[in-house]
Amino acid sequence: MATTDIHTHQDVHHHDEHDEHEHHETNFWRTYIFSEDHKVIAKQFLITGIFWALLGGILSVIFRLQLGFPDMNLEWLKPVLGEWITEEGKLDPEFYLALVTMHGTIMVFFVLTAGLSGTFSNFLIPLQVGARDMASGFMNMLSYWFFFLSSCFMFTSLFLETGPASGGWTIYPPLSALPQAIKGSGLGMTLWLIAMALFIVSSLLGGINYITTVINLRTRGMSFTRLPLTIWAFFFTAIIGVLSFPVLFAAALLLIFDRSFGTSFYLSDIYIGGEALAHDGGSAILFQHLFWFLGHPEVYIVLLPALGLSSEIIATNSRKPIFGYKAMIGSMLFIAILSFIVWAHHMFVTGMNPFLGSIFMLLTLIIAVPSAVKIFNYVTTLWKGNIHFTPGMLFSIGLVSFFLTGGITGIFLGNSAIDIQLHDTYFVVAHFHLVMGSASFFGMMAGVYHWFPKMFGRMMDAKLGYIHFWITFVGVYLVFFPMHYIGIAGFPRRYYSWTNFETFGGFTDLNMLVSVAAILTLTAQFIFLFNFFYSMFRGRLAPANPWHATTLEWTTPRNPGHGNWVGEIPSVYRWPYDYSKPGAKEDYIPQHIPYSETPESNLPHENELIKLETSNGSGAIIVEGSKH
Amino acid sequence: MMSLIIFLGVVLVLAILYMIFRVSNLVSIAKGDVDEKGSTANKVNAALFIVFMVGSLGWFFWYSFAYYHQYTLPVASEHGKHTDLLFWITMAVTVIAFVIISIIMFVFIYKYQYREGQKAKYFPDNHYLELAWTIIPAIVLAVLIFTGLRAWNDITAPASKEAELIEVIGQQFAWTVRYPGVKDKQLGAVDYKLIDNFGNEFGLDLSDKNSFDDFKSLELHMPVDKEILLKIRAKDVLHSVFLPHFRVKMDAVPGMPTQFKFKATKTTQQMRDELGNPNFNYEMACTEICGRGHFSMKMIVIVEEQEAYERWKASQEAWLKQNPDYMKKVPNALKEAAMIKAGMQKDPGSSVAEVKD
Repeated sequence: MATTDIHTHQDVHHHDEHDEHEHHETNFWRTYIFSEDHKVIAKQFLITGIFWALLGGILSVIFRLQLGFPDMNLEWLKPVLGEWITEEGKLDPEFYLALVTMHGTIMVFFVLTAGLSGTFSNFLIPLQVGARDMASGFMNMLSYWFFFLSSCFMFTSLFLETGPASGGWTIYPPLSALPQAIKGSGLGMTLWLIAMALFIVSSLLGGINYITTVINLRTRGMSFTRLPLTIWAFFFTAIIGVLSFPVLFAAALLLIFDRSFGTSFYLSDIYIGGEALAHDGGSAILFQHLFWFLGHPEVYIVLLPALGLSSEIIATNSRKPIFGYKAMIGSMLFIAILSFIVWAHHMFVTGMNPFLGSIFMLLTLIIAVPSAVKIFNYVTTLWKGNIHFTPGMLFSIGLVSFFLTGGITGIFLGNSAIDIQLHDTYFVVAHFHLVMGSASFFGMMAGVYHWFPKMFGRMMDAKLGYIHFWITFVGVYLVFFPMHYIGIAGFPRRYYSWTNFETFGGFTDLNMLVSVAAILTLTAQFIFLFNFFYSMFRGRLAPANPWHATTLEWTTPRNPGHGNWVGEIPSVYRWPYDYSKPGAKEDYIPQHIPYSETPESNLPHENELIKLETSNGSGAIIVEGSKH
Repeated sequence: MMSLIIFLGVVLVLAILYMIFRVSNLVSIAKGDVDEKGSTANKVNAALFIVFMVGSLGWFFWYSFAYYHQYTLPVASEHGKHTDLLFWITMAVTVIAFVIISIIMFVFIYKYQYREGQKAKYFPDNHYLELAWTIIPAIVLAVLIFTGLRAWNDITAPASKEAELIEVIGQQFAWTVRYPGVKDKQLGAVDYKLIDNFGNEFGLDLSDKNSFDDFKSLELHMPVDKEILLKIRAKDVLHSVFLPHFRVKMDAVPGMPTQFKFKATKTTQQMRDELGNPNFNYEMACTEICGRGHFSMKMIVIVEEQEAYERWKASQEAWLKQNPDYMKKVPNALKEAAMIKAGMQKDPGSSVAEVKD
């Protein structure tokens, strides 16, 4: 490593676009397709995620047509859906279940796990901790291509004659194990399991890389307590993923055995299609335990990165330090730990021992405390700020609002006594779509708007961003808020139609409203798509630090090459939230500015640190130099 | 032709939108208005949050009060009253918290929007505040947890011995109910391997004497004000018994019998009078995805006075009487008892029958 001094960052700006350190001979394939550059891989995840999000959204609109307008003639969908539209111009009930299943699978795994973590963990971890790339660029590349392969399998399953998996995204056996129970449990389910196995491989390759990079590749001075909250969030997310995804793999493997090799892990006492099956001694509940041991942490795998992104964006655009930095880390840590011991709250009424229900209820409601702390901290961060409503900020505020609205209904559902009535009704649908689906989706959108300048070197159009935000924000509430009422009225989820029941006879008006709002919200996403692709090529050129943020990624050139920084990686001297510090010249001090340069704004204990800056800095060089 | 016109219309609208976008873009560049934070956009966004807050909270309260009777289901069970109370207590607590936090958040957003020359307050932490809002939610949640735990423990406590035993069986895509019969009040043993396509849909084991007087029903009849113990099982895939008015829900799992005990407090007739709807019926639904016909698994539920219920039970024919072919499966030693219990042969005298048992 070359010599360095504390002013390295100043050199950085002088030789932009002239990458002397990391100049490989690269061709098109190695630069854009099989790239090992974390930024390119992040973009690959993002584009694939956007593709899946669009598909998942379209699927949901198709089944919303059925639910909102049950009498509508869907003949016009025949060119696309073919035999899945019946003679009478209706959606086939089994295809309805397939739509629900694939919507869930796609959104949870392919969009909000791969699309969100894959994009932003990849993009931001090396840039924000000050690393040239991930610990293993090759594994990182494999991570994307396993995801791509997984996507291919899942996508293919949509076109099978027997349809894709249709037993719900939770694929509870015996339904998912027996092709005679539902057509989708044939080849569709097989492809689902293969796709998920590959997905888990991808997720593990990515997760291990994220963890290793955060632990080992932080730049000089970037201690754990100086990490931006985004990195903390990605770090916890990766740990949760590495610990929980293998359990899903095990669950899926046993299901494959039951389906194909005649074992009885989950199957017992089944009489179907006119014959008693030989399976004996299995437990359907076992699968649910295994599934939710991943399934619940998965909620936080989806949510934590979004919370991390919005913490960063809210602090930046409020021009204030995030309130309670350590409390934010603590609550994320606490949430990460608790997320492993609350899974059975999805199973209060499955026949599980009621005592187990009591324990899980206790643990579940405890998780509300760190979540509440996070909301209070966000609100306090806004207090006495100087708020810039960039599109990223708007989406982050939307996230906090959804997290609050959806989180509060979790207190009902976590209470096993109340859950008896609400379980598997639209109340649950409303709850998790707000708290996890929409909140995470908004976190992802916020991240795209905020880091687009760093990804593509250009700005997205803000006005289109505002329009996109307001239609989506109001639209999402119009879709999911009415579902609370429908759920309190007892309407069960995954119902093709409610007209068979007198009890569920009402609410055609609300269901129609929900469907119209869903169509409107999906339409608004095309504004985003236009903005995204248009700005990528024709957007205004981005300044080096468009949001006046403090973190390291904004010290890179406008279009960072592979290796991120030209010359030395900047050292870090302070935490990432020195916004509006009293006495400072500007309302932000980037992390790479040493305290010795800002005597006017230093707090007393920070003046002490000046001495360490020089002694530490030079000491580090001596140690480094002696190795070479 | 129509679709072509629609298509052209859509293209035209998109083209116009694109032109508007380009023009406004060029105008803003010409004006040099590239820094948005001081612009009107910032003020408009801030104001829109207030509009959104007022509008959405207003709609929320208006709808919740105006349509209360549409989205709440009348309750007809003892524990249901309790869980409903818990539900509304939780609702009160959370709505208060929700409204306060929402208002504070949106007001802050509006009040602290960007202003030229204004500097944000450097306020990185405050341990008292953080402690306060960790402890207060913790206490509130503790109260909710303990009330919930007590209710849950009561609901899931073992049923009393006198409880009325009824078995509900889920299969694709219908429910069946089996009653233990009026003579022994015990459900006969079953084995899924004994299920056949000719009549033994329960898989009744006819070597068990308790099975002789069991009878099948396609309606769920229940007595009012008496503890009921639903024994629940499934034949093929998961199902879930959902009795919305009784606040009862329990999965039906193949290979693992489950149960739910509760007490109905209102007969069907009482509920009809109360709602002023002479056609009202309690219904049972399935709430665990079970395949193509998941949405159609309905069973009518009838709650009646004790005497009417007993009369109805007594009027039902035993399954064995309806399927006399299965007499050959009854062990020889039990054949006479089976004939008597199934009501196929006159009972020579209750005392004699009991001796034979």
